[in-house]
Amino acid sequence: MNITLRVWRQPDSDAPGKMHTYQVADVSEDMSFLEMLDVLNEQLTIDGEDPIAFDSDCREGICGMCGLVINGLAHGPGKNVTTCQLHMRSFADGDVIDVEPWRAEPFTVIKDLVVDRSSFDRIIQAGGYITAPTGTAPEANSIPVNKADADAAFDAATCIGCGACVAACPNGSASLFMAAKVAHLGLLPQGQPERHSRVLDMVDQHDAEGFGGCTQIGECTAACPKGIQIDLISRMDRDVLSAIAHRK
Amino acid sequence: MWRSTIVLKVAMAISGLILVLYLLAHMYGNLKVFAGQEAFDGYSHHLRTMGEPLLPYAGALWIIRVVLLVAVILHIYCAVTLWRRMRLATAGGGGQRYESTKARRGNQRTYASFTMRWGGVVIALFVVYHLLHLTWNTISPGGASGSPYERVVNGFSIWWVVLSYTVALLAVGFHLRHGVWAALASLGANTSQRRRRHLNVLATVVALLITVGFLIPPFAILFGLVG
Ligand code: HEM
Ligand code: FES
Repeated sequence: MNITLRVWRQPDSDAPGKMHTYQVADVSEDMSFLEMLDVLNEQLTIDGEDPIAFDSDCREGICGMCGLVINGLAHGPGKNVTTCQLHMRSFADGDVIDVEPWRAEPFTVIKDLVVDRSSFDRIIQAGGYITAPTGTAPEANSIPVNKADADAAFDAATCIGCGACVAACPNGSASLFMAAKVAHLGLLPQGQPERHSRVLDMVDQHDAEGFGGCTQIGECTAACPKGIQIDLISRMDRDVLSAIAHRK
Repeated sequence: MWRSTIVLKVAMAISGLILVLYLLAHMYGNLKVFAGQEAFDGYSHHLRTMGEPLLPYAGALWIIRVVLLVAVILHIYCAVTLWRRMRLATAGGGGQRYESTKARRGNQRTYASFTMRWGGVVIALFVVYHLLHLTWNTISPGGASGSPYERVVNGFSIWWVVLSYTVALLAVGFHLRHGVWAALASLGANTSQRRRRHLNVLATVVALLITVGFLIPPFAILFGLVG
């Protein structure tokens, strides 16, 4: 199939950017979206042009490095897929496809489609950890965790921190990301000692980074490649309220 | 901490739910126009004498007014603060910040959800107009009167007054359709995917009840079914 791409090109964070149009011929429908970009980049390199910068690592939907806004949707049209797992069969011959970087003030564009997501690292540093000494893996049944909690914690832990929730959110909020981390640790016994300070510190860092507030619209959960559910945000809100009530 | 996005949103939720309770009571009171002038004016009088002699004349009403005013101010203050943070976080673009025009409505967001802010402004302007009309009677389409019943009947006999109230109540309906769900979720009530559906149904029911309930008297008066 033949595709027309409109891609955001921006030489560096200070320079202005704009959309550029490229033709990509003979695209196989079995290619992933990133492989299609690889093909275009080879062509650009041969033509002596600057290849398009974009992030990726595992290319199997588990690392959270990739992430593009495709036709205005974070990670494109697929449900529960990352950009690297989106295939060209989701598009049709002759399609014009718009490709842009995640957009939010804390996500500065470094070049073309690559954004700086170190704000997520700082939110984790603020509270997304436990202080229980772990050492080697303990005997599995030494601390019992009921099945429902273990499953819910695991579902939350599937968040790969890609940032699609922020990219999709009309408010530019990172609430779903934060809520997933808060739920993941807060559902398990090991996460209890810091449960209250964690949520307050992470929320403060989130706000200091310049992310917006959640208005419960649900675009985040619709864009999330891991299907993290919005009820985790409500759970985080409960944790904030109980943290305030128990403040010493 | 007190100015965190979450605390601001919780304050918006609580103040908003107080206003919803007020609207339910107000809507119920308005339906008394069907009981005739004496009943409606008597009800208006009762609003001012309730709580007496423990409270002075109109004391209870003034307590309600102060609670409402505080709720309105808090609600608007939080809304404006969060609106500004949205603009800062998205370079002013909000849900329209991408070059692509192919997904202007996102994945699934509702009309109600993206009209919350401007819809809220419409409602605030309406409340001022409405107080000038039916509380202070500064604006008196159809003729001023000392009787609340006559103010209502005189006003709603005129088509454009009914139209203006209809527009405002549709704005209220949309605001509550998203607002009631969001308030409950922000207070922690969204505990599962099933609960998410239930809260959304509840929000739709509250929004419809309030919109339709408020619109019955004006249309009944316009079509000559009252008095
Ligand atoms: C058809 C719709 C409505 C009718 C017929 C109506 C009628 C009235 C009347 C007659 C009063 C004066 C009561 C008195 O002084 O005894 C009043 C007051 C008031 N109404 Fe409405 N109203 C309507 C809709 C609304 C809506 C949608 C809102 C809010 C969004 C609202 C908010 C208020 C407020 C805040 C007051 C002032 C209460 C006070 O402090 O005395 N009304 N309304
Ligand atoms: S490259 Fe690892 S998730 Fe896409």
